[in-house]
Amino acid sequence: MNKARDNILARLRARSTEIPPVELDRGFRSPDWNRQQRIELFCKAMTSVRTEIHRVRASDWADRLAQLVKERKLNNLLYAPNGPLARQIEAAWRNGEALPELVSRTAELDEWKEELFFGIDAAITSTRGGIAEVGALILWPTPQEPRSFSLVPPIHIAVVKADQLHNTFADAIADENWQAGMPTNAVLISGPSKSADIEQTLAYGVHGPVELIVLLIE
Amino acid sequence: MTQKAEFDQRVKQALDNPQLRRNFRVTMDGLMEKRDKAFPDKAFLEELRTIGANIRANALARQPELLEQLEANCTRNGIQVHWAETIEQANRIVLDIMERHHATRMIKGKSMVSEEMQMNHFLEAKGKSCVESDLGEYIIQLDNEAPSHIIAPAIHKSKQEVARLFKAKHPDIPYSEDIDTLTRSARQILRRKFHDAEIGLSGVNFAVAETGTLCLVENEGNGRLCTTVPPVHIAVTGIEKVVEKLADVPPLLKLLTRSATGQHITTYFNMISSPRKPGERDGPKEVHLVLLDNQRSRIYGDSELFDSLRCIRCGACMNHCPVYTRIGGHAYGPPIPGPIGSVIEPQKFGLENFGVLATASTLCGACGEACPVRIPLPKLLHRLRYEQVREDRTGATIGQGSQRSGKEALIWKLWSWIHATPLVYRSATRLASLFRNRIPNRIGPWSQVRTTPRIAPKSLHQLAREEGFKHE
Repeated sequence: MNKARDNILARLRARSTEIPPVELDRGFRSPDWNRQQRIELFCKAMTSVRTEIHRVRASDWADRLAQLVKERKLNNLLYAPNGPLARQIEAAWRNGEALPELVSRTAELDEWKEELFFGIDAAITSTRGGIAEVGALILWPTPQEPRSFSLVPPIHIAVVKADQLHNTFADAIADENWQAGMPTNAVLISGPSKSADIEQTLAYGVHGPVELIVLLIE
Repeated sequence: MTQKAEFDQRVKQALDNPQLRRNFRVTMDGLMEKRDKAFPDKAFLEELRTIGANIRANALARQPELLEQLEANCTRNGIQVHWAETIEQANRIVLDIMERHHATRMIKGKSMVSEEMQMNHFLEAKGKSCVESDLGEYIIQLDNEAPSHIIAPAIHKSKQEVARLFKAKHPDIPYSEDIDTLTRSARQILRRKFHDAEIGLSGVNFAVAETGTLCLVENEGNGRLCTTVPPVHIAVTGIEKVVEKLADVPPLLKLLTRSATGQHITTYFNMISSPRKPGERDGPKEVHLVLLDNQRSRIYGDSELFDSLRCIRCGACMNHCPVYTRIGGHAYGPPIPGPIGSVIEPQKFGLENFGVLATASTLCGACGEACPVRIPLPKLLHRLRYEQVREDRTGATIGQGSQRSGKEALIWKLWSWIHATPLVYRSATRLASLFRNRIPNRIGPWSQVRTTPRIAPKSLHQLAREEGFKHE
């Protein structure tokens, strides 16, 4: 369809009058928030869209995780055995009793799609950080923690470090220089899946996770 | 039937349906209120609107270069870029991709461009199955309808209507009018469809030239599923969606979600930059981007109408439109309703077919004030009213001058001659005052819903003279 391409570009370039570019201010002024304010804002915004937040310590978050999944009487929990959370999860499971089965799958999705769609209760992933202003998690999925982990199972549990909270989305892009190289898929997640398509009435748990649980390490 | 008669008929149908009017009234009031609450600081809102308008205007100013940059960066990332001048070409590109993969099952995320392409219709005729997965789109697909709002496609339906529809199409699911239950039913039904689909289709909210990234705004997770689970992802978008930098995205996203539904951010904001890379364990192995022109480059050629290409499809103009709120989306006809639709769609489908939509406005200005990227909608509606009756057909709009009527033109010529000739004007107003009681009470359609206006006994000129004004 190179002909289509050439025709379209030629028509666009045929514009008789030059359009002057306008002075562009992208409104990039980062708010003056400290760490504690970021944490409060993040928790408030995420809670307002029904995300369950647990403020935890670096030393004991995995115990809290074990407790949460036990309370929910889950059958299993999907995790990444070679991911950044594996060591602590495995340690907590060694010490815990009557915990859901830890599921580790390192094959390509295509080989266990049926199980992922219909046999997994919950999955846990790390995150790249969060955005305080709007209350969102930043996920850049990796080969260890594929993107379907945070998407397909009915419960997604995410671990985010308070030190990795940015003030705004614009800050996150600028601070980490995202434009230098974007991953295959980056996603911001602010809560469990929802829809207001029927009578503009909010209903949770449409196609993505029904529950989003965040463990915020302070 | 003329386009006007057809439009009048659709409007009458809508106005005669109290349920429909209630649905729209309640929803639009709610959406206006949500937007208002999302922007508590009005000075900030105005500043942000200016930023958004400038970002979009600059992207359009450099559109050909940015499209080439987008293509180069997508290609480098492994995304296959296709160009389509017409919807036929775009549909053919999608079909070819499906056939190359021997695919018959497509799962779709919400895409207004695919509505514009009538893609489902085209692919189904070729034996393909296309399942809409956005809850609203799924509902209207079950009922063979088109969206009635660009962000709330099934808003014309009440929960009872949805419940009856689900029962009719899925008799095995227990009847329920509970919205949570209906939503969960859709989840159950569509889960298998996501699992089985061979092709995932999505639209694009912003295409970032700098990085070759396709951004997708959504709440349900169906956008993520469509672009993650099937082995092939096809994204379709209009060429105007390109923006220059990744840093352009945060302000536009802020404007889009707050203007649309009053959300500070949607549940999911996807940034897709490549197909699955070696070592990665999920994600589509192929990603295609279809860039559709369909008259956009023609609109681009007009220095005024060009502003309509800034649109980020938030729907705020329709939420705030007194006409849309009363007649709903279906009365308009083309895929995009409301003020922005009345500007864009006649330019795509021709003034001879949809020019009448430019009259579906009171020119109250609410749309222009709500627009997050400051598209001067009332001015453009005005311009299209002129375009369809103008005598010289020197512009680029399709169907230009097609609605010109000799009789009407003659009346206006006479009108302007009277007003430009003082002697005639004075005699005419004197005569009108003199015979003011002879004007009939009913003057055609005007007096069907209005009181017939009465001419004053004395003209303003006369009153002013009596008051002693020398220079009026």
